[in-house]
Amino acid sequence: MASDPNPNDEQENGVRRRDFINIAAVSFAGVGAVAVVMPLVAQMNPSADVLALSTTEIDISAIQPGQAIKTSWRKQPVFVRNLTTAEIAEANRVPMSDLREPQSLADRTKPGKENWLITLGVCTHLGCVPLGAAEGENKGDYGGYFCPCHGSHYDTAARIRKGPAPTNLVVPPYAFTSDTVVTIG
Amino acid sequence: MSFPWAKPYEPKHPLMKWMDEKLPIPRLVYNATGPGYPVPRNLNYFWNFGVLAGAALMIQIITGIVLAMHYAANVGVAFNSVEHIMRDVNAGWFIRYAHMNGASMFFIVVYLHIFRGLYYGSYKAPREMVWLLGVVIFLLMMATAFMGYVLPWGQMSFWGAQVITGFFSAIPIVGEPVRQWLLGGFVPDNATLNRFFSLHYLLPFVILGVIILHIWALHIPGSNNPTGIEVKDEQDTVPFHPYYTAKDGFGLGVFLLVFVALTFFSPNMLGHADNYIPANSLSTPAHIVPEWYFLPFYAILKAFTFNFLWIDAKLWGVIAMFASIALLFFLPWLDSSPVKSSTYRPLYRIFFWVLVADVLLLGVCGAMPAEQPWVILSQLGAIYYFAHFLVILPIVSRIERPLPMPNSITEAVLAKHAADTSSAPAAA
Repeated sequence: MASDPNPNDEQENGVRRRDFINIAAVSFAGVGAVAVVMPLVAQMNPSADVLALSTTEIDISAIQPGQAIKTSWRKQPVFVRNLTTAEIAEANRVPMSDLREPQSLADRTKPGKENWLITLGVCTHLGCVPLGAAEGENKGDYGGYFCPCHGSHYDTAARIRKGPAPTNLVVPPYAFTSDTVVTIG
Repeated sequence: MSFPWAKPYEPKHPLMKWMDEKLPIPRLVYNATGPGYPVPRNLNYFWNFGVLAGAALMIQIITGIVLAMHYAANVGVAFNSVEHIMRDVNAGWFIRYAHMNGASMFFIVVYLHIFRGLYYGSYKAPREMVWLLGVVIFLLMMATAFMGYVLPWGQMSFWGAQVITGFFSAIPIVGEPVRQWLLGGFVPDNATLNRFFSLHYLLPFVILGVIILHIWALHIPGSNNPTGIEVKDEQDTVPFHPYYTAKDGFGLGVFLLVFVALTFFSPNMLGHADNYIPANSLSTPAHIVPEWYFLPFYAILKAFTFNFLWIDAKLWGVIAMFASIALLFFLPWLDSSPVKSSTYRPLYRIFFWVLVADVLLLGVCGAMPAEQPWVILSQLGAIYYFAHFLVILPIVSRIERPLPMPNSITEAVLAKHAADTSSAPAAA
């Protein structure tokens, strides 16, 4: 015993009791640090009141064919467009192979309500509001919407046809609560 | 650390001796910017811009702290609180215009500082760490300036925030959640404005910290100089004080003249009129462009208008834009020439000026709408920008035959002096 002042210091495989305590203490502190980071990161996500603004009701009875209105959902602009028969025909004439994100007009509208095109008014490139919803605005080369920021052109089904945007204008989740009222969200 | 011939700090006054034993701050200052720090004797006025950048940061911090006493970071009142500063607060118009134009002045001097480094090879060994820290400072400055521009909550503030946070939505799968996390919502809103204000107040102090590291790393090898030849002995140097305190003081005077001329006579020249319209989340301004100091990078972003390989145009643009800055981190190893200064690099000197022209061209393209011929020009400009660093520089540094170099800074200076004095009578 006199030659070894602390028999716990050295085990036969060279691992000391103190090594275990070191690793355990540092690991525990590490887990604690990670646990503290979680709420600090999570607080940046949308808060409950922001998420609560997630449905919007729209009365569409006053929108004539060929007209569109701009409303908002989750503070993002939404385009509600009453397509004319010519616009519907033009959208259906486009072969799927011409599209960057192939979707038919039927995929983007509700059955029997093919004239009601409801999309977010947020360009899928970098988020500007495209022109074309209000009367007299530039509708782009394909008669739908045109984003002035970086020149993306959308067709009458709000599908991307030309320019830097990667995808079609997003169709938000929505339902017809009656023939004249739509609930988005 | 300094050269062996640096003048030692020897406090005479008992109070200074007492201070030196307890907290040797006077010693630190003496050895960093005083007579105790020998500097190459031949620095030209391009070596003023580091000090000027530091001065610009201090102006931003001081005016910013004052503005924060009157500004309110809430989407309901932010725009009006800025107008309140402009119209009601005593001298508020001056402080805000100084802060607005101070940001531009900060970028002007930092860009000159960066191009000085590129021309004279200041990024090369033994100063790689100085350069790397400088790129970090540049990135922090860009983040700070962007968030500051959002605070007045005008149209350009709002749509700038929308577009720049939109960059992150280009990342596959996690992009949109990351963007919502950054914004604290689906569009820029109150949560965004508040966090940007918080970070805009914080980051300048982080910049200050990195600047201290930048100067610390610089003071280990000491400053580069227009010949790019390292200091060999005492006659190559002069003490920082009084020689360069005086030279920097003169430069600071010129800088302040330009600064006040801009602030007093043309305070909105570098801004956008659209930012005096309150933010409207339902209407994008017809022509949105970032502040002038981001234009070259914005042009690179816009240069990708087509999908390429399996990556779409949007992600390419974002990758290229970030890569154009990240590339600078690799510069010390892309240029393998042992000769630093362009004075002795005839081939590199040409390509340096072509790069300057290219960056200016990209700046113009960035300000222009996404139409021809600007799209093709920004594509060519972007290709050249990357080619300069990734192709031209490595090749030039291998094939170039440098001009004969003097043996020391002193020899270069005396040769120039002899040439000047012998040609002077002939001219007379």
